Amino acid sequence: MSAETKKEVRESWKTPAVMGVLSATVLVFFGILGKPEAVSFELTGVREVVQLPNIEVGSGLLGTFAGIALVVITALVAWQVSQNKRASIWFSMLFGAIALVALLGWLAAGNVVPVAFILGSALVLAVPIMLGAMGGIMSERVGVVNIAIEGQLLTGAFMAAVISTITGNQLLGIVSAMITAALFSAVLAVFAVRFLAQQIIVGVVLNVLAIGITNFLYQQWVTEDESATNSPGTLPIISIPVLGDIPIIGPVLFQNRITVFLAIGIVIVLWFILFKTKLGLRARAVGENPLAADTVGINVGRTRFWWVTLGGLLAGLGGAALTIGSSGSFGREMSGGLGFIALAVVILGRWHPGYATAAALLFGFSIILRIWAGQVSPGIPTNFITMVPYLVTLIAVVGFVGRSRPPAADGIPYVKG
Amino acid sequence: MKLELKGITKRFGTLVANDSINLVVEPGQIHSLLGENGAGKSTLMNVLYGLYKADEGQILLDGKPVNFSGPGDAMAAGIGMVHQHFMLIPVFTVAENVALGHEPTKKLGVLDLDAARAMVNKISDRFGFDVDPDALVEDLPVGVQQRVEIIKSLARDAKVLVLDEPTAVLTPQETDELMEIMRGLAKSGTSIVFITHKLREVKAVADKITVIRQGRVVGEAEPSAETAELASMMVGRSVGLTVSKKAANFGKVVLKLDRVSVLDDRDQRAVNEVSFEVRAGEILAIAGVQGNGQTELAEAIIGLRGLQSDSGEISISGLSGKNRSVRSVLEKGVGYVPEDRQKNGLVSEFSIAENLMLNGSFTKPFTKGLGIDFATRTEIAEKRVKEFDVRTTSSKTPAGKLSGGNQQKVVLARELSREVELLVVSQPTRGVDVGSIEFIHERLVEQRNNGKAVLLISTELDEVMALADRIAVMYRGKIVGIVDAQTDRAKLGQMMAGVAV
Repeated sequence: MSAETKKEVRESWKTPAVMGVLSATVLVFFGILGKPEAVSFELTGVREVVQLPNIEVGSGLLGTFAGIALVVITALVAWQVSQNKRASIWFSMLFGAIALVALLGWLAAGNVVPVAFILGSALVLAVPIMLGAMGGIMSERVGVVNIAIEGQLLTGAFMAAVISTITGNQLLGIVSAMITAALFSAVLAVFAVRFLAQQIIVGVVLNVLAIGITNFLYQQWVTEDESATNSPGTLPIISIPVLGDIPIIGPVLFQNRITVFLAIGIVIVLWFILFKTKLGLRARAVGENPLAADTVGINVGRTRFWWVTLGGLLAGLGGAALTIGSSGSFGREMSGGLGFIALAVVILGRWHPGYATAAALLFGFSIILRIWAGQVSPGIPTNFITMVPYLVTLIAVVGFVGRSRPPAADGIPYVKG
Repeated sequence: MKLELKGITKRFGTLVANDSINLVVEPGQIHSLLGENGAGKSTLMNVLYGLYKADEGQILLDGKPVNFSGPGDAMAAGIGMVHQHFMLIPVFTVAENVALGHEPTKKLGVLDLDAARAMVNKISDRFGFDVDPDALVEDLPVGVQQRVEIIKSLARDAKVLVLDEPTAVLTPQETDELMEIMRGLAKSGTSIVFITHKLREVKAVADKITVIRQGRVVGEAEPSAETAELASMMVGRSVGLTVSKKAANFGKVVLKLDRVSVLDDRDQRAVNEVSFEVRAGEILAIAGVQGNGQTELAEAIIGLRGLQSDSGEISISGLSGKNRSVRSVLEKGVGYVPEDRQKNGLVSEFSIAENLMLNGSFTKPFTKGLGIDFATRTEIAEKRVKEFDVRTTSSKTPAGKLSGGNQQKVVLARELSREVELLVVSQPTRGVDVGSIEFIHERLVEQRNNGKAVLLISTELDEVMALADRIAVMYRGKIVGIVDAQTDRAKLGQMMAGVAV
């Protein structure tokens, strides 16, 4: 063998450093300097079959324990790094979850925390981000940067609301939302694959186009008679027998609209296809080294076209989840940047459906936290609470993402021969 | 399988890349296709592999004419190709890379990675490749990656294996290992087309040699043919393979390194307390297998890379200090030929003329006031192109469009056309054709004869032995020893493996 053995790469101390600072913050501000009032975690709602008692604990005490737990996790991660191992992503997730519980406990001192409500809402709010991110993953894994997710969510939301109202059939609304967004994606795919266009520019144009078209139709037509065009109602909530009755998990996971169930299913199926099947292996090869894929007989253009286009289906479903999956009607530019958050989620989730879902849930959680904390009004400026989602993004990107590596050919057109 | 190419002609516009080429490769034969860069070897093989469509001519396999519309057809017919730039997915495992494109699957298209692993192990064991199917390709040394490419072809039942310049990226040891592998494959009945321009390798491994020049077959030869004869067939005129040089006339010390330590990009110590001197009028060569700190050493001397805090000093004609700027080093009269000319030596999109003024962009004669003196620039460029024999239609041609040898001549023309005291030259002839190698070597010796100090960093032992007055062998960041140029090959080889002599 040659002497060219690979040298070891030193792992970064960034993650334990950020964790250390956060642990200390939680321990000092939420724990030692925390509030003495008790906080009550309400585990089950009044109408549920199985009732659990509320858990009451002093806010400061909770903060102290959470802080200690965080310090322990930080120490474990620091040990991993000192052994030159990569910090486990599960430690990072556990760390995030405990830190959020501590934040909840601090915000709700002297109040009740409706656990199932918060978790359930976080999931529902995360669904459009999740589905947008899955569309983004499908596109970027084959090497096409799709920043038109925003536009696809928006058109999906519009079509779902309007078609459901006009036809009176919500299923038809969902299908048309998905198809419209897929057509949008197909335009990007054709420009990227056939005409080798700059993908970012095409994406920006598509986003502007989506805003333009929906605004125009909304103002000129939908607002004329909203009851005939924009009152689709929301999808019925389906409760899965038995599973839906489990405390906490039941209402959070198994009493939901079809959009939530579909989203969870899609994440699992996409993960399976990407990493366990021939189709996924070929798609990833196309995104990493299209020339190599070509020389083993894989049609790069066709692969890219179909993955990008079908990714649009998922973003369209995400759009439908925004209207008939939650608010019940379409509003002007209602996607409000969720598509771009989905893009951040793709990167945060390292182009992996599972990790991206975790990241999307983090965003869903911080959105509901903002809404709920505003209502509890614990005497802290609402501006601070509004900052939480963005702070969470920053900390997550800086501290926990580490060396995230996109598919090598992401965004690069493939020119044959 | 017997491969025959009959009258293959391939034109790109007015350029005839292949002019009715005939080639017969017998089963189990190692057939060497010898020619300079740009002679049309790769075009011919791309025609064979279905990447290009021939304008005229026929491909026959075992006497039957075949027609390929893409690499898929060629592979199905039993032709495997190991490209010069590997066609591997770095983030995939060996097994995944080998399986890609013809994946063994269970129900519903689910990958059967066990079957893929078994396939890798089977081939690997049969030919003694020693490749772990679960290793990530990006973690493997270049030589092993090349074996993965060969396994890829064999897994598709390749009966004819085309190796396109396979030794260009290999160390001497890896080259020997590859030749062993080629012999083993040929013995088991695989026909091998070995494309190269390195004469020593052809003589060592080929059963039959076909020489190509300017798109035409100019002759066939046996491996027993004289090296000089092969070289002149390939270049079209006689070439001197050994560089003649008179005895060195040592002058004062120009470059002095005193216990110099340098970190690499990953903060590992790549150069470890290295000390040596280069005097005026001599060529000191740093020999060694690639990746033993040579790159970092060269960058540190030029000032592109800082020294470690506990490092000693580098002094160039009295200029020292840990934070020497690159500009101050260049102004001391240092010429630098970086090892990767395309990345660091040239701006590919710039014209030859623009590239030639890169190191003089702040001084006369290229400047006039705050602007560029375009007339002078063109004039100088035309002169240099002629002087350094850069084969191009115009000095306005983008440097990226030139062949490897001509690109290197542009870099040399730029670096040698200043008043230099010291030349730091890394891998000057990597990917360069024989004709240009001769030219480049002569220029380096000429500099030495004119009393300049030359530091030559090369992984090509032949080059080191031909040019050097003294040889320093580098291994794992340390200088194993400094010996004189008459030291024999075997001893140098041992030193390159870290054995102090």
